[in-house]
Amino acid sequence: MIRTLTVCALAGLIAHAASAADLPPDSIYRLEASFTDQSGREFQLSDKRGRPVLVAMFYTSCRYVCPLIVDAAKSIERTLTSAERRDLQILLVSLDAERDDVDALKSIAEKRGLDPANWTLARTDEANVRKLSALLGVRYRHLADGEFNHTSVLYLLDAEGRKQAESSRLGGTPDPDFVAAVRTELHDRTASH
Amino acid sequence: MLLAAGAVFADGYARLPGGEYSSVLDYEDTGGRFTVAPFELMKEPVTNAAFLAFVIDDPDWRRDGVAVVFAEPRYLSHWAGPLELGDTARAQQPVVQVSWFAASAYCEAQGARLPTWAEWELASAADETRTDARADPAWRERILGWYSRPSNEPLAKVGRTAANIYGVRDLHGLVWEWVEDYSAMLVSADNREQSDPDLLKFCGAGALSMSDLENYAVLMRIAMLSSLAAADTTGNLGFRCARDMRGDR
Repeated sequence: MIRTLTVCALAGLIAHAASAADLPPDSIYRLEASFTDQSGREFQLSDKRGRPVLVAMFYTSCRYVCPLIVDAAKSIERTLTSAERRDLQILLVSLDAERDDVDALKSIAEKRGLDPANWTLARTDEANVRKLSALLGVRYRHLADGEFNHTSVLYLLDAEGRKQAESSRLGGTPDPDFVAAVRTELHDRTASH
Repeated sequence: MLLAAGAVFADGYARLPGGEYSSVLDYEDTGGRFTVAPFELMKEPVTNAAFLAFVIDDPDWRRDGVAVVFAEPRYLSHWAGPLELGDTARAQQPVVQVSWFAASAYCEAQGARLPTWAEWELASAADETRTDARADPAWRERILGWYSRPSNEPLAKVGRTAANIYGVRDLHGLVWEWVEDYSAMLVSADNREQSDPDLLKFCGAGALSMSDLENYAVLMRIAMLSSLAAADTTGNLGFRCARDMRGDR
């Protein structure tokens, strides 16, 4: 029993060392936390390394702002060429650790026609929601009726998980400066490979 | 294992019954009434000595090991070295220059967490004999007296102020303290209902009003905490941990 535990602990340490140790010190991917996506797969933020990511916080029962966050990310995708689009990941993490299970994420992904090749809708526990929000700069409060107040911002992370730009413009017309920043990241990445 | 850890730390925590109380934060959705479940709160803020033991255990939180995304460069900068307190950081002084991430990690290592604002505010409303002394002008005067002292004097040791009715000390009169949801307090309630897409980002304290404008001391604390980012540290901001009340203690 003790030996099993020791082996597990060591395996955990080694996995951690491989995934996070060589990340830049200002990378959000240094957050060690387990997330689950809309197909039930578990992942770490550092698994997103290698490609730029658009990330935002949302929750599935949100009727007002959150659909606009999806619209905003879609509108950025639409400005890109198909090659650029293939290289951009979009990650939406739920603020609602209590109610947003895999089924809820899956249902929204299907309803909004979000291609799982690029779009990840994810959940994690409450403590990690708080930490990821803090790393991004998202402020939120859980309301008495179960809804959330939250700042609604799309963040652009580079291939190493560093925040490069943000946009609070929601809906169908993207901020041209933000789109330019997304393009720069996509091309920097291509140039360095 | 859990029992042993509980026994080791049990004397450092006070048990608070929780309950319903009126907050100075009067949100539209709460009507200014918060309900707090029974919880346990450290009787004193975490000291330099205790925090040193933590960073010795977990080098990821040494000032020369931490990632800047979790703690800005001033993190623990008043210590003589990464593992040495020195003259400017006495063992029994409260630890300051700690980020929210570092404070959270410390508490998690103890099987605890940071208190929520509601827990902290409920505990801090008490004086030596009453669970809610906030309406007493003498109590307010005493607390404001601390805020008017110059902040460049060395910090006192922990545990020098009188214990409140729960047995908790130093909630006022020593340092500011991180809370788990420090960034949530000034998020307005109208965010989700605006129609102008340019204004959808957080925009001030629309549906929040302050229900107790005489309580400057607590309002100052809210303003200060709300201005911080989670990797920030300051020379008079420390923390203490809390945990849910469990039957086995």
